[in-house]
Amino acid sequence: MYFRETGQFKSKYKEELAAFPIFEDKIGIAIAALLAFVLIPIFGLPGLSWDFTMSAVMIPVVIFTITTLGLNILLGFAGQISLGTAAFMGVGAYSCYKIMTIFPDLNALICVVLSGIVTAFVGTIFGLPSLRIKGFYLMVATLAAQFFLEWAFIRIPWLYNYNISGAIEVPYKEMFGIVLTGAKSEPLTRYFVCLGFLVVLTWLASNVIRGRIGRSWMMIRDMDIAAELIGVRPLTAKLSAFAFSSFYIGISGALMVFFWLGAAEVESFDINHSFTYLFMVIIGGLGSITGCYFGAILVWVVPVILKEYGKSVFGIDAFVMENFTTILLGVVMVVILIVEPHGLARIWQIAKQKLRLWPFPY
Amino acid sequence: MKKTIISAFVAISTLITTVGMSFGDLLVPVMTYRVGPFAANGTQNANGFVDYLTMLNERDGGIGGVKIKVEECETGYKAEKGVECYESYRGKNPLVHTPNSTGITLQILAKAPEDKTPILTMGYGLSAAAKGETFPWAFNYPTSYFSQMTSILKYIDSQTGLKDQKIGFIFLESGYGREPIPVLEQLAPKFGFEYFLLPVAGKDAQNQSSHWLTVRKEKPDWMIMWGWGVMNPTAVKAAIKSRYPLDRFVGNWWSAGDVDLGPIGEAGKGYKGATFNATGTDFPAVQDVIKHVVSKGLTKTGSEGPGTVLYNRAMWNAALIAEAIKTAQDITGKKEITGEDMRIGLENFVLDEARLKELGFAGMVAPIVGSCKDHEGAGAAFIQQWDGSKWVKITDAIDPMKDIAQEMLTKAAAQYASNNAGWTTQTCN
Repeated sequence: MYFRETGQFKSKYKEELAAFPIFEDKIGIAIAALLAFVLIPIFGLPGLSWDFTMSAVMIPVVIFTITTLGLNILLGFAGQISLGTAAFMGVGAYSCYKIMTIFPDLNALICVVLSGIVTAFVGTIFGLPSLRIKGFYLMVATLAAQFFLEWAFIRIPWLYNYNISGAIEVPYKEMFGIVLTGAKSEPLTRYFVCLGFLVVLTWLASNVIRGRIGRSWMMIRDMDIAAELIGVRPLTAKLSAFAFSSFYIGISGALMVFFWLGAAEVESFDINHSFTYLFMVIIGGLGSITGCYFGAILVWVVPVILKEYGKSVFGIDAFVMENFTTILLGVVMVVILIVEPHGLARIWQIAKQKLRLWPFPY
Repeated sequence: MKKTIISAFVAISTLITTVGMSFGDLLVPVMTYRVGPFAANGTQNANGFVDYLTMLNERDGGIGGVKIKVEECETGYKAEKGVECYESYRGKNPLVHTPNSTGITLQILAKAPEDKTPILTMGYGLSAAAKGETFPWAFNYPTSYFSQMTSILKYIDSQTGLKDQKIGFIFLESGYGREPIPVLEQLAPKFGFEYFLLPVAGKDAQNQSSHWLTVRKEKPDWMIMWGWGVMNPTAVKAAIKSRYPLDRFVGNWWSAGDVDLGPIGEAGKGYKGATFNATGTDFPAVQDVIKHVVSKGLTKTGSEGPGTVLYNRAMWNAALIAEAIKTAQDITGKKEITGEDMRIGLENFVLDEARLKELGFAGMVAPIVGSCKDHEGAGAAFIQQWDGSKWVKITDAIDPMKDIAQEMLTKAAAQYASNNAGWTTQTCN
């Protein structure tokens, strides 16, 4: 009833292939866009201060969605497992810092894109083992990337310009008279920059995945020998997946430090963060772009909001809420993975199927 | 049905907003960590801080007749929680930030001038913040890591002389642990000692066997430690195992707490640590906290908290903030002050011997006077030693090598300012 396709005729092949062929989907997307672009930036979320909504909820969730998109391309679409996500975000952040300080007049947005390209290059190098090894063995190889890069961020002082604190700091940057980065920048500006990146990168990902390259990734994922036999070159397919995924992850790392945190040490890129991003992908749903959004929202936003409400409404101690949300998140993860191993994206799909047949679903 | 849901939603959200905003109190935010790998130390820190301010509410009805509202935010000692916590205080008129983490300090340091809220990092944070002219909004009373390292080296000099000594520096590999390395770099040629670095990554805090093998090989005359959390007891235990003489092993003030040495007990006898506050419950301020807060059950600590190193230090941190609030009230003539007034208070408070005695801190800490130029204060530290069950003060206050420390601080401050174009400074007269 809510999802009725009856009467929505497609007379052209192009219409059939549109990103949102069903009218109801278009409404849904419009509502989500209205929320993200207009309503939340104006009103914030109920019960949370506007500054908090922007800086502690919306900006990070947008950035983590980009990370999740990047990891999902590699893990969900190309089937190559990686535990080095956080370290690759670090590559993005540190290279963005270096580019910004070496070329002080370069536009901040260009710096972010360039840092994505640097990360893509580094990612490709660490993707080389994937040509020989698969599964658990590849996981160990990417784990090595994680540890090596963490080591590099500490032991190569050139990367943080020999700062005594060992941290990278965010220089002041502006564009058209609007302050983009640094302490003087408005949360709204930073939010829209991140959201802009997210929209463009989502559009890019969905198109690449539907195209030739994306199909070759999925063939490699489903059965690499068969893919090779019908003419997919594993070398280009696997390495392009690593490059593409690292590009996304690098951009999100640069955004994380320069448009959210304001300064970062190597701790922000440690293995625990890699696991968090992996959770986001798995909970959201492997091989689904919508799932990336769901995963990032569930893993990041829900605990933050619960903690704030717990403090302000119920007056529960902060550390109790911290423990509570950690436990809750763990339970939710286990339940979701038992009920639906394909993650929230699959649950969403099932919900849509049921709504289509409502009120008599079977 | 729909209407009821909507009206319930509206009701809940208005309730949430009204509860969240209660002005009229002096809001003292504090970022604490009662969970995570550093919780053992963080909990004592948090308790001391909160309990002292609760005591002022109970005993004096707040400061200048205005109640203090302490708002804790849990960080788990993770840097990215800093932004979350910082934002949750925004718009509620926080007086001064206490991040309790060097990593978070670095993140919020640049935001402080924009939001007009000072940051007080007592005994941690960015050493260069000691330069008040470059960092109008950051304070690190009573002393910085740079100054502390020179005090420790001075102590070593008084024991064996520094010339031709070999010093091992074992540290937590983070912004915090690396802070004092430039001091060693600068002073080694000057005093003719040798040093080598033993970085311990956070995840290896409990696995230091390789580091202590190096110690066995290098046979240093002295060991200095910049550790935190579980790294401290692990290091001391490893030192005992490799038969390193503990009286030649000096921790900084975060590596010499009761939670660190308590589990080791008698075996840790002889281990030394720097500190800027004495331990014990004999001080009137501690007694007041026990009487008005702990015995009334208004605290999260048991009776074992008060008197320990970290608890007393956190109390001193809170007392300094309380004194700055009072000074700000006196100067501005307002009862309910803002962050900007607080900054004036932090630059103008006077905690001399007489005032310390009034507050009940005489003998526990050194007198200190706020100033515009010097956001670090007197900067003396003294050495204490573990006697198997408690810490005993073994030296008087050791002044840092002021000329050397100041020179390096100036350089570090200038570097920070030049890295951050458009950095706000102030001129003092």
